[in-house]
Amino acid sequence: MTQTDGSPFAPHTAAETAAMLDAVGVDTEADLFDIPDEVAFDGAFNIEPRSEQEIRGELRRLFARNDDLTEFMGRGHYSHYVPSIVDHLSDRAEFLTSYTQYQPEITQGFLQALFEYQSMLVELTGLPIANCSMYDAATALAEAALLADRVRQTSGYRVLVPEYLRDGKRSVLENYVDGAGLAVESYPIDDGNVDREALAELADEETAMIYAENPTVRGTIEEGLSEVGGIADNNEALFCLGSDLVALSLLEEPASVGADVVVGEADVLGLPTSYGMGLGIFATRESFLRQVPGRLVGVSEDADDRRAYTLTLQTREQHIRKERATSNICTNQAWVALRAAIHIASLGPDGLVDLAEDCVRDASALAERVDGIEGYQAPVHDRHHFREFVVHTDQPAAAIAADVEAAGYAIHAIDDHLLQVCLTETNAHATDGLVAALQEAA
Amino acid sequence: MIYDQARYTEGDKHEPLLSEKDTSTVEVDETDSPLPDELTRDELTLPGLSEPELARHYTRLSQMNWSIDSGPYPLGSCTMKYNPKFTEDVAADRNAAIHPDRSADSAQGNLGLLYGLQEYLATIGGMDAVTLQPPAGAAGEFTGILVAKAYHDHHGNDRSEVIIPASAHGTNFATAAMAGYDVVELPSDEGGRVDLDALKAAVSEETAALMLTNPNTVGLFERDIVEIAEMVHDAGGLLYYDGANLNALLGRGRPGDMGFDIMHYNVHKTFATPHGGGGPGAGPVGVVDELTEFLPSPRARETDDGDYERFDPDHSIGKVHGFAGNWLVLIKAYAYIARLGDEGLSDASAKAVLNANYLAEQLEMNVPYGPFHHEFAATAGDRDAADVAKRMLDFGVHPPTTKWPEMVPEAMLTEPTEIESKRTLDTLAEAFNNAYSDTDEAIETAPSRTTASRIDQVSAARNPRLSWQALDGE
Repeated sequence: MTQTDGSPFAPHTAAETAAMLDAVGVDTEADLFDIPDEVAFDGAFNIEPRSEQEIRGELRRLFARNDDLTEFMGRGHYSHYVPSIVDHLSDRAEFLTSYTQYQPEITQGFLQALFEYQSMLVELTGLPIANCSMYDAATALAEAALLADRVRQTSGYRVLVPEYLRDGKRSVLENYVDGAGLAVESYPIDDGNVDREALAELADEETAMIYAENPTVRGTIEEGLSEVGGIADNNEALFCLGSDLVALSLLEEPASVGADVVVGEADVLGLPTSYGMGLGIFATRESFLRQVPGRLVGVSEDADDRRAYTLTLQTREQHIRKERATSNICTNQAWVALRAAIHIASLGPDGLVDLAEDCVRDASALAERVDGIEGYQAPVHDRHHFREFVVHTDQPAAAIAADVEAAGYAIHAIDDHLLQVCLTETNAHATDGLVAALQEAA
Repeated sequence: MIYDQARYTEGDKHEPLLSEKDTSTVEVDETDSPLPDELTRDELTLPGLSEPELARHYTRLSQMNWSIDSGPYPLGSCTMKYNPKFTEDVAADRNAAIHPDRSADSAQGNLGLLYGLQEYLATIGGMDAVTLQPPAGAAGEFTGILVAKAYHDHHGNDRSEVIIPASAHGTNFATAAMAGYDVVELPSDEGGRVDLDALKAAVSEETAALMLTNPNTVGLFERDIVEIAEMVHDAGGLLYYDGANLNALLGRGRPGDMGFDIMHYNVHKTFATPHGGGGPGAGPVGVVDELTEFLPSPRARETDDGDYERFDPDHSIGKVHGFAGNWLVLIKAYAYIARLGDEGLSDASAKAVLNANYLAEQLEMNVPYGPFHHEFAATAGDRDAADVAKRMLDFGVHPPTTKWPEMVPEAMLTEPTEIESKRTLDTLAEAFNNAYSDTDEAIETAPSRTTASRIDQVSAARNPRLSWQALDGE
């Protein structure tokens, strides 16, 4: 079945089209286009239209070309079980097919959901201001550095990041701060955590921001974050902490260790594994409110004196402030924030803390099992871990990862002899198989 | 048409907040915790509600929200078109739900989709290569300007300025500034297009790029585009196409054929992926041959034996998103393009332009600039456009974008898209006309049939309360 009659989503009958052309006073649709001949195009893209059924089949076959592997992967993109209620409620068309809430009177529902999302982030971070989304953790980190630059009273161009920062995240950061004249530099890591002594020596009055992660990209849990915050304070630099919604439910509250900005992955809840699609956290102190990037939902009253929600402080944003805006961000990840909020609400505080505690217990138990296999040492770092840990292998890591993949499991090879394994409730059923595959590969 | 929006009311609020329905505190108890006390928080306080309570909460919120499936949503420059339902199903394919660090060998399906969409977008825009990484239109702009900067740097040209018409989207200005450029604002000529004399005066060896929206933000095609391109290129600058208005051109004109070197596509506009209350979108970027080596890493390509692989362009700017961008959105865009094909895409633009022209014809308001394409800026004249818009909310339609662009006084920038029928357009026109001709009192006190009546925006900004914690004690 090939459809040949124009867009299936334009409802015009031939008679209606004719009547409308007549009303406008032209003979054909082509007469409405004011495009000079020298740049006109004949419409031949050579894209064959297909039926809905054909496309569903085509993409089903295409995606079946992905190997059916059980993934033990993390490093910034995580898989937690997303309850059905998240799909069913967020897929309601009134949410999914709505636009940014520029007419708040008629979009109270989404505004309230985003306000609730902001409030959940305030609870999880301990910081009083949270925006209603950034694209992902990497761009949120980059925006934090730009905020640090804007709020800084004195000179300062250095952004200090852990040497183990994901390459991609670092690259995004470098791209964003280049225009502001900031430079990204690495500080050393001591057995998986911030080398605080080295950091204290590196930081100086030219340091605009210090970034740390908890848990780190290698899954270790930091043990001296207050000290890191202190190092930032001593140099009048901002302390930016990266985390995720599940870890924040259990680990030390960022505000209590002196974090000025919290960024990270909110997509750990609400989104299943989705090839890296994200939802960036952005939370900060009250004093930086007018420097926050992105949209904020606030409370006001309507003419009947009832509580009402609205986008607010929009004079920070590009559509009002143009080149003096705090960011160029416009379209954000609102629908993903809605999903994360529903997921948080469905877990509740009990469910969140339980889930986070499992992330610690299960990672440690699996690391112990892997450590028991001849040829592997795990975890490499003598720290507490969250979800994931690094494994040393005597063999080339890439070869091990390839063998494990052939056995049906995906893990990271992060260095010549280092693997990384991530465990959540979505792959916990398959740990025996992974252990056997590792054993076989050794 | 009269519309009464759902309105749940409890005292001085509509639907209570989750936190007003329940607040539970869980203590992180040292004795059961797998972590030492000093590494954990003391407690966590959040709503703890049952699934039926949550289902009702969010269903009610959804009922208090307008959407494209509720009715017309003619926001100018936003291209609110219908989001085909089947695209949700293809995006939900479990086989596509893989980790971005998967080996290329084990991710052939995803790489195949990325490659296919790169190819589709390249041909639609008349570009030579496309990156799908930018997660939104503004991120696409930023990527495009970084590519321009890398190109100039590579050729030893240190340029400091980006030229932008005054009528452009705010993101253009913010993007150029974020990339470290000085913005040179270009006035419009009397007809509403780029003023060629002003452009001539503005271009120089400092010009890194001219960012242009075509048709522009009042729907006019820049007829002098070939001359504009020549002027920019002669000065060594690059021409950037803002894809926000691409829905006017499908099958009739391609930015690449007009001399544009870089463009972004708003797939959540032109290619019908849902806006989701503000996002996610996706902002792929296309470039001409001489810029392909600067695109973000990695891109996807097809090998001689029909497999797909990732590769890094030689002089890549690196990354603009932590991973591969808004993956689920990209799948939906591919499915939409495949559904329409050549004729459907051309027809979408034809009907979008016809709808805008037909709607404008039915309005009592003046439209100062034309001939316009998929959108037009009507003027509310001596009436306040924002008030007229609020009154429209009572008539079962969403109003257009108001008070922008500034070149039209009291602008009502209207873009009905191709999805509206003649009947719906008539309803929409009636809403416009009724609101426009209503009494001062009626428009100043509107709306009355929406969940909330007129909201005091000023006090929201003056006394910011941005969380339920900030409402404590109220």
